[in-house]
Amino acid sequence: MSLTPKQIESIAHLARLELDVADVPRYAESISSILRLVSELEGVNTGDVAPMAHPLEGQVQRLRADAVTSGNLRETLQGNAPQTEAGLYLVPKVIE
Amino acid sequence: MTADATLASLSTGLRERRYSSVELTQAALARIARTQPELNTLITVTGEAALASAAAADRQLAAGTAGPLTGVPMIHKDIFCTTGVLTTCGSRMLSNFVSPYDAHIVTRLKDAGMVMLGKANMDEFAMGSSNETSYFGPVKNPWDTSRVPGGSSGGSAAAVAARLAPLATASDTGGSIRQPAALCGVTGIKPTYGRVSRYGMIAFASSLDQAGVITVSAEDAALTLQAMAGFDPRDSTSVDVPVPDYAAELQQPLAGLRIGVLREFFGEGLQPAIEGPVREALATWQRLGATVIEVSLPSLPLSVATYYVVAPAEASSNLARFDGVRFGHRCDKPRDLMDLYKRSRAEGFGAEVKRRIITGTYVLSAGYFDAYYLKAQRVRALITADFKRAFAEVDVLVGPTTPTTAFGLGDKTSDPITMYLNDIYTIGANMAGLPAMSIPCGLADGLPVGVQLIGPHFAEGRLLAAAHAFQRETDWHLRTPAGVSADFAAGETR
Repeated sequence: MSLTPKQIESIAHLARLELDVADVPRYAESISSILRLVSELEGVNTGDVAPMAHPLEGQVQRLRADAVTSGNLRETLQGNAPQTEAGLYLVPKVIE
Repeated sequence: MTADATLASLSTGLRERRYSSVELTQAALARIARTQPELNTLITVTGEAALASAAAADRQLAAGTAGPLTGVPMIHKDIFCTTGVLTTCGSRMLSNFVSPYDAHIVTRLKDAGMVMLGKANMDEFAMGSSNETSYFGPVKNPWDTSRVPGGSSGGSAAAVAARLAPLATASDTGGSIRQPAALCGVTGIKPTYGRVSRYGMIAFASSLDQAGVITVSAEDAALTLQAMAGFDPRDSTSVDVPVPDYAAELQQPLAGLRIGVLREFFGEGLQPAIEGPVREALATWQRLGATVIEVSLPSLPLSVATYYVVAPAEASSNLARFDGVRFGHRCDKPRDLMDLYKRSRAEGFGAEVKRRIITGTYVLSAGYFDAYYLKAQRVRALITADFKRAFAEVDVLVGPTTPTTAFGLGDKTSDPITMYLNDIYTIGANMAGLPAMSIPCGLADGLPVGVQLIGPHFAEGRLLAAAHAFQRETDWHLRTPAGVSADFAAGETR
């Protein structure tokens, strides 16, 4: 299994990564070698084995009530934001 | 044994007033200042805050309200969020991120009175086995500064090896605690999946990630794990299982312990210089009353291939949150929202992280999910079943931690596959969510060798006991690199 530079570009777009054109062949080569390593799995007879969903047998992820557990931390949290205004996160205009 | 070479002895020394926490902290900060230019173990040093918490610890010690960890200096891997302190995860993406909250284990160790000296360097987003993917530059191995310390917890392992602190927290997704512990000649434990809360630990691969610790000795690991382990409702994978008294479990007799030697770990690719000390460690355990039999886990060699589907897939999903909108790096002058996402992520992530995001996005994409992710999760079930069968016959599995000793800086950066194969012996435990340790068991050409112990779920106490028994018979864990004093309280204190 190998990926072409064109495929790498389209997957990178799905992953929202702007790759430097010069780097694309290197990614194609190294990711293809990872997929060759992974291709070892193709030949494994997994029969009717169920895919593992949790490392601990019988465990499932707990759910919690959708309730407020801490106070209003907007100012604290927005302290890390690249750009805010009047308590809102600023991004380039989406709707004309 | 050298005085004050471990956390346990420092704890006693503080209680006996042989030195104060402030003195220990000053000594540790002086060692950090001296070694940082060469070793690059830390991303952030929090000297002032450390001295303030040391002073508070000294007041607790004076008042008689101190616990066993009070006043002992320590370091957190920079994957753990620390309130008001830079938390970078080794990435440019978070190079400006000041955490608004503490990770669960940060709170736990703070509540236990420990003194944080700073944040340890690491591979970017914990993706790497050599600490060379860090945005903040590689960490050097204190045993030979032309070599890597291992990764991703390379800063944590190197810091303990250089005796900057008796313990450093760490995390393990495919060997990131055990592999650097082995390469730096220190003790590392990856607890059972869910044993230690991951709240505030920046996510890499959620079905594999586990928080743990790197220390000088197994006894120190037991003391620390006691404070770290336990149920936390804020981590949905945290398990509500009572935490045993690890100090008591350390004293379990070794007589009758059934050790399984992993046949698959002694094949091609294993350096003879590693095999020798590991076999000697097995002989030591035998002398102490353990029985040793060979066991085979035929699916175990599939671990690396399985890992490189599961881990990138989960990473691509976890790292989708870094979008340049609410926190983290944002590119200059975005043309539109798509440009903002794509350039912020391209600039914020390094090459290895991007490689894994692309790999993960591919294996999860429409038409490929069944062939890759689902198939890998089926193989993972086979690997887990192998472990379960083995643990019906033996109590502990033992093998080498790594195929080689520490390799040279830059030796494996050009080919990701050769880098990935460093974790060939450690990934299995993550696949099955098992607790595992690495302890020093020898030196080969002056470089540390680690032996790995893997146990059934929640058998941390059994691993710690076997490691402790070994460390009472040997002094590999007390060996230090040339020029590094094994005594934490030596020299720079009164």
